[in-house]
Amino acid sequence: MLRYVLARLLTFIPTFIGVTIVSFGFIRVLPGDPIIVMAGERGLSEERYQEYVERFGFDQPLWKQFWDYLTGVLQGDLGQSFVTNRNVWDEFFTLFPATLELSLCAIIFSVLVGLPAGVIAAVYRGKFFDRALMSTALVGYSMPIFWWALLLIIVFSGNLGWTPVSGRIGLMYFFDDVTGFMLIDSLISGQEGAFWSAVQHLILPSIVLGTIPLAVIARQTRSAMLEVLSEDYIRTARAKGLRPARVNGLHALRNALIPVITVIGLSVGTLLAGAILTETIFSWPGIGKWMVDSIFRRDYPVVQGGLLLIALMVMIVNLTVDILYGLINPKIRKR
Amino acid sequence: MKTARLFGTAALGLALTAGAAAAQTLVYCSEASPEGFDPALYTSGTTFDASSHTVYNQLVEFETGTTNVVPGLAESWESNEDGTSYTFTLRPGVTFHSNDQFEPTRELNADDVIHTFERQDVEGWTGEYFNAMGMGDLIESIEKVDDMTVRFNLTRAEAPFVANLAMDFASIVSKEYYDAMEEAGTPEMVNQQPIGTGPFEFVDYQTDAVIRYEANEDYWVEGVPRVDNLVFAITPDASVRYQRLQAGECHVMPYPAPADVEAMQENPDINVLEQEGLNVGYLAYNTQMEPFDNPEVRRALNMAIDKEAIIDVVFQGSGQVAKNPIPPTMWSYNEAVEDDPYDPEAARQMLADAGVEDLSMRIWAMPVQRPYNPNARRMAELIQEDFSEIGVDVEIVSYEWGEYLDRSSALDRDGAVLLGWTGDNGDPDNFLAVLLGCDGVENSNRAQWCYQPFEDLIQEAKTGTQEERTPLYEEAQVIFKEQAPWATIAHSVVFMPVRPEVDGYVVHPLGGHIFDNVGIDE
Repeated sequence: MLRYVLARLLTFIPTFIGVTIVSFGFIRVLPGDPIIVMAGERGLSEERYQEYVERFGFDQPLWKQFWDYLTGVLQGDLGQSFVTNRNVWDEFFTLFPATLELSLCAIIFSVLVGLPAGVIAAVYRGKFFDRALMSTALVGYSMPIFWWALLLIIVFSGNLGWTPVSGRIGLMYFFDDVTGFMLIDSLISGQEGAFWSAVQHLILPSIVLGTIPLAVIARQTRSAMLEVLSEDYIRTARAKGLRPARVNGLHALRNALIPVITVIGLSVGTLLAGAILTETIFSWPGIGKWMVDSIFRRDYPVVQGGLLLIALMVMIVNLTVDILYGLINPKIRKR
Repeated sequence: MKTARLFGTAALGLALTAGAAAAQTLVYCSEASPEGFDPALYTSGTTFDASSHTVYNQLVEFETGTTNVVPGLAESWESNEDGTSYTFTLRPGVTFHSNDQFEPTRELNADDVIHTFERQDVEGWTGEYFNAMGMGDLIESIEKVDDMTVRFNLTRAEAPFVANLAMDFASIVSKEYYDAMEEAGTPEMVNQQPIGTGPFEFVDYQTDAVIRYEANEDYWVEGVPRVDNLVFAITPDASVRYQRLQAGECHVMPYPAPADVEAMQENPDINVLEQEGLNVGYLAYNTQMEPFDNPEVRRALNMAIDKEAIIDVVFQGSGQVAKNPIPPTMWSYNEAVEDDPYDPEAARQMLADAGVEDLSMRIWAMPVQRPYNPNARRMAELIQEDFSEIGVDVEIVSYEWGEYLDRSSALDRDGAVLLGWTGDNGDPDNFLAVLLGCDGVENSNRAQWCYQPFEDLIQEAKTGTQEERTPLYEEAQVIFKEQAPWATIAHSVVFMPVRPEVDGYVVHPLGGHIFDNVGIDE
């Protein structure tokens, strides 16, 4: 197992180098000069422009800029934002816990709902349950996030008043960031009602963000289950007279889980990088919006550093999934 | 500090929802995150709302709701005979805020004022506004006459100078705080935990989520501020801001989606305040290229544009037709100028008379939304239709924003550019000289228009009192209309939805959101 993990870790190196090059190149390929974008309608003088060119190092040849960036990265220095002058590393880790917390809640929601839905659909294949669940999943998959989020807000926050509209916690709660995870920090703060407020604020965004993974997980579980259910050993189990719940729940589901875990892992990766719309609508202070704003402002250090760190996070998630995979299926780690 | 204030803030917040008669918290659902808290470093209104309008004061200030300049940290000021030197007498007894790291040992004095400007007039200064307003070239020296008197010596007479001092970059910072943080090796604190003299003291900023302030109890204006706490709840999406306002999660929200305004106006739980914005959206011809070098051609095209239709479709009512290059809320606005009539027939004839046939041109549509132009693409399409009525063929082009700004200022650019401007200091010079003066050619003067009779007037208007300058600007607007370097299209109307219990909120024409005098009626 250790060798397996080490081998997987080794693949980090080329991926890391690749991501560094791509993130450096990507923002430079886009048209638009960050200095001119910054000056806006007001414009700026030629001398002033030159001052910025020198400060940002744009007068250096491209290979030199890349070299400086790479050596910086290797020393843990991702540079400073052109806009806020703050360290990219600091900015990322201030915002990332919010994204991670939301992504995890969304994925928990989608697994809790998607897995049973997939199993039920497979067991009742071709019947009403199956059709209803799978069409709902298709709707969920195709729904525009923006519309879905606003609909939920209008119904549950606006009309019914059950959930807050947006934000991470009620404005009346105010405490220091310890971990950056609101659920944990609100507990640590000891303020009455804070934890509950944080939970309430998580409900709608988790549902919205979890909708697409939910649909994918439900469909994947269904097809994996169908495959497993037609295996000989299931027939044997049934023939031995085991209760259907035991056959489906234990024997079939366990084996069907392997492809499902891959899907869950991939979904977490996507959520970490792509919760932009959900974060914007729910005023969620995560990295999705931070990245998009930076791309529009052509804030090179933030885009480069942010992409690199997000890629790193996705790689870590994928590694974890691979390890889990090995744990569940001994065949894989021996390969 | 945070923990010390914890209980207070928590109790206040609860009061907000429970409606108990405790300390009051005003919640403002702001539209974006500030870039920082040192207003001299940045140019965005969002940052100014969070810093210069709350934490800081300026020597002179804009009276909220107008563009009039009134005393701020300076009680009074006077200029010398030829307008090249201004002497300011500071207000006594003004104190700076304090925080965990800093406790001021003295009151505001001339050193703070001098430091505020001198720090911006150095090589490598990263703030843009000080230079963009030409302050570096304009200020020759700043003298400390005595502890409470400061004199600015200028390189030339420039009447808008005083209004410039009311701008956000001119917010007075504490020299003592600056020095203390330099010494502690943490100069960035000045930008992260601001110390000013303003109505609100900065308490905390949770990145991209919430900014908290508390009332400055020693504020130099009696009875201000009227609430105990001010909270900015950052809410980027306009529809969500509206939902939060309805749900009572905030009291005031900026920038409603135009499509929501009508529903808001009918909602008894929301008051929609409105005012004309200090801006103009225009279509600038390249007056140095044929056939747009002929004023007759430009006027003919202007007469072909159905501006009312643009206001309806593009602004959805949140705009008004512009006839002058400066907005109507600005002093010296020339009411007597008559707009070009919408008359495609006459326009077609004028083009024929000017010998222009089968004209095809480009119209540039900005890729971004601005108050003065919420949808440039749509606006360009409407103008394209209007022009096709008079036989002018239009190709619409657009570029990424940085490219757009860059390419549209080129001297040999073809066609006409949609762009606009939001005023900085409420002075007509800030529109007429910046956008239409000869110095702006190849830069902010997108019409590349350098017309001597106009230039002479705006140069002459750079000195003197407001009464002396007004007729000069009025005449400049007449010349502008005759020469028609732009089609003036619209001024936006700013809508500000507030909850009915909010008292005293005034929409500010310069675009900032100001809460000094805002209270909450229980």
